[in-house]
Formats: sequence, structure tokens, C-alpha cells
Amino acid sequence: MRASLRRVWGLCYRHLALYRRSWPRLLELMYWPILQMLVWGFVTAYLAGLQQNTASVAAGILLGGVLLWEVALRSQMGFAITFLEEIWSRNLGHIFVSPLRPGELVAGLMTMATLRMLVGVLPAVALAWALYGFGLFRMGPVVVLFFAALMLMGWAVALGVTAMILRHGAGAEPLAWSVLFGLTPFACVFYPLSTLPVALQWVAQAIPAAHVFEGMRAALTEGRIDGYHLGMAFGLDLLWLLVLGRVFRAQFEAARRSGALLTIGE
Amino acid sequence: MTPDPAIRAEGLTKRYGDTLAVDGLSFVLPRGATWGLLGGNGAGKSTTIAMLLGLLVPSAGRVTVLGHDMARDRFAALARMNFSSPYVALPHRLSVAENLRVYAHLYDVPRAGTRIAELAEALQLNEILDRPAGQLSAGQKTRVALAKALVNRPELLLLDEPTASLDPDTGDWVRSWLERYQAESGCAILLASHNMAEVERLCGHVLMMKRGRIVDQGSPADLAARFGRDNLEDVFLDIARNRSAAGAKIGESTA
Repeated sequence: MRASLRRVWGLCYRHLALYRRSWPRLLELMYWPILQMLVWGFVTAYLAGLQQNTASVAAGILLGGVLLWEVALRSQMGFAITFLEEIWSRNLGHIFVSPLRPGELVAGLMTMATLRMLVGVLPAVALAWALYGFGLFRMGPVVVLFFAALMLMGWAVALGVTAMILRHGAGAEPLAWSVLFGLTPFACVFYPLSTLPVALQWVAQAIPAAHVFEGMRAALTEGRIDGYHLGMAFGLDLLWLLVLGRVFRAQFEAARRSGALLTIGE
Repeated sequence: MTPDPAIRAEGLTKRYGDTLAVDGLSFVLPRGATWGLLGGNGAGKSTTIAMLLGLLVPSAGRVTVLGHDMARDRFAALARMNFSSPYVALPHRLSVAENLRVYAHLYDVPRAGTRIAELAEALQLNEILDRPAGQLSAGQKTRVALAKALVNRPELLLLDEPTASLDPDTGDWVRSWLERYQAESGCAILLASHNMAEVERLCGHVLMMKRGRIVDQGSPADLAARFGRDNLEDVFLDIARNRSAAGAKIGESTA
């Protein structure tokens, strides 16, 4: 166990050393979440002004949606991009011939994804409070569970993306940035699930984030914790992690058979 | 009890579709020996090394490293071996010391700081420990790659062209250092190289590969004697060009 934790730390140390040496990388982590928050913050301020109600609940729902969706986005990108860093630095060969197990690799990537997400999202949360008076944590401790559920979903999607990179090499790299954006309409970030056409509601029901945002709206508008949506979010997270974890494992072994681990960066 | 050999390869085969990259390779590398793996481009050396490292799953056959079956127990073997190649980089933006610390963690090296200090002293890295790996000369990169490969005190070292792109002076320094290290540590080394003089100097036994097969093997002196040649380079050319010593003499005299 101790050796296993040390190997995970070795992988994290490698990436933390990279950030210590490069403040632009740190800045880049914060850039998009803050930019998104600013744009949506002004939109909500405008809408709130039209309604003559600066403390509009709608404003809170929009900003809360933006900030929480960034948790999923940054977790997914943090995982996938940390893996890509190894490909770009042509270091993957050394990593894969070290005693680092695939499960430890995944644990290291999840740890780095969490750190990257916190560095990216927390400044945006603080700015939302400072600029627009929106406190994400006014929903109460349940917001930590929302964070956790969205992080798990981000990791699950990233496992799938990493599996695609193992299978298709550099050609699949753009998925690291784009794939979760494709889920945005069905994640019901800014509108209730019932807004979607019935057929698409079935799709949304299978996405953990859609349940998180239903739960967030219940917390913001009614001040209650919706146990059903919270339970569905975590249940689906578990299912996604299991399925996509198996896909990752299968692709890793397929790459060992096909020789893709030797040519993955080419 | 006799210890398990460093490597035991039995009928090692790798097939990519219709292409047979490695064809039924069998050999036993004893503990403490330095062997060479020679062959032209496409002979199957890199594929063989990748299978020995567990990076590539053989289509058929079996590899045990230090007694561990690579199909079932590769991580136990990987903790006791290491690998160096100029074609696999270390993260360029990390300093030399940071890179070595990363691998000390990955290999769970006890007293990592002391080990890194020992390697820095032995491989003359002290002055470059704080420099980013990407800013090093080819010779410095080779020494850092060797330090990475030795960080876990491996019992088996796989070296893929360790002196490629080095000037003769630096290349000679690395070869001398490897000779000394091998004698002191008793580590087994499998060396893939295109530098025949290097192989003659370092290796007690040579596996000659062609089209995925071992076509001949023996000590450099035995191979030279068997082929009627003065050096391994001519043996290599004989095998690569399917010529005999007599044929070569005719070819040379009519050229």
C-alpha cells in the first residue's frame, strides 16, 4: 500500500513540478472558468435588471450552473490533459516500463484532475461572490456532494477519452477538449430536464450531471436537498466509472497487444 | 540453489497481421552477464526489447525476467529491472534532480535523496542537477538517462543504443562507466546497438538477429572466427548481406 501510494505520488510530483516551473500553465487553468463566470455573470445581472430584482433566483441558477459545470469540465480535461502531457513529452515509454500499475496511473491522473479543477474553479467561485454577490456555498454542504458527483462524471468521461487516445493515438487528442461540451445540452445545466423533448429526457436521465443540476435547482429555488436526484447522480457515476474503466482497461491491454504503446505519440 | 536467469525467452514470437516481426526467439541471459542484441534495421531488436519490458504482449512464447513470468507478474519484474534509450525522453521542463526524484518515487527507492546524490557523483551530474532536462547536451542527456535507469539498482538493465549520437570521447566515457558499473554491481545487461566496436568491447555474448530470428550467436571472438573475419562489423555485414567471407573477398577484389 505504501509503495503504491508512493508511485501515485511520483506521478503527481512529476506534474506538480511542471506547474511550479510555469506560471502561465497555472494561469491557463483559471482563465476559462473565470471568463465563463464573467460572461454569464453579466448576462444574469442584465436579466436581473430587466426583472427589477437584483437578487433574482434565475441569476443564481445560471451562475450556479456555470460554476458547477466547470467542475465536470475541468475534472475531465484535467485527467485527459495530464495523460496527454506524458505523450507530448515522449515520457510514456518510461512510465509504462516502471512498476506503476494501470490503477495507480488512473489514481494519479484523478488526483491531478482534482487539483487542476480546484485551482481553476475556486477563484471563479470567489469572484462570483465578490462581483455578483453570488455565493455558491449558500446552498449548504450539499454543494460538496454536487462537486463530487460532477468530478466523478468528469473522470468517467476522461477514462473513455483516454481509452480512445490509446486506441487511435494523436488523432483522438481533440476529444480531450471537446467531448464534454457535446453533452452540455443533455446535462440540463441552465434549464430543467422537463424542458427537453420527451425522447431527449431519456438521454438526460442517463447523465449524472442532469441529476446534479436538478438537485441544484431544488436547493436554490426551494431550499431542499433532493435525495432522489443526488442518489441517481452518484449511482450513474458509479455505473459510468465501471463501464468506462473497463473500456480503458481493455484498450490498454489492446494497445499492449497491437504495439500502440510504442507509437502512441506519433 | 541456482538463481533464476536474468532473462529466459522461450519461442518468443510477435506477429502484426501477416508480418512476423519476431519469430520463435529463445535464449537465456545469465545473471551478471552482458549480452549484445545485434541486427539491421527491422531485424526485430526493438520489438524483442518491448516484449522483454512488458510493453508489448507476445503473439506466442513466454518470457520470464528474474524468475517472474512477464505475462502474469510483470510489475514484480519491472521493479527489479530498468531501461534506457535515447529515443524515449525524460520530461524536458523538469530539472535533472526532479526527473530523478520522479523515478525514485515510481520505483519506490529507499533513501531516494542519498541514491540520487550517489548517482550524481558517479555520473558527474552535480553541476546540472538544477538544469531542465531539455537544455542538456546529448552527452549530458545520456548520463541523465543512465542515472534514471540505475536509480532502482536494477538487477537487469536493457540498453537500447546507449551511445547513439554521442561524440567518440563521450561514447568512450559511457562505455568505460558501464564496464565498471557492471563489474561492481553484477547487474545483467542486454545491449542493443549498431556500434560493433561497442558490442565487442562490452559484450561477452552476442545474439545476431535477422528477420525476427536469431541467425547466429556466440562471443564476438567466436563469431569472428566462425565467419573468418577480423571483427564483428564484417560478421554483421556478412549476415546482413547473405555473403560468406570468401564471397566478400571476391566482391572486394573485383570492386
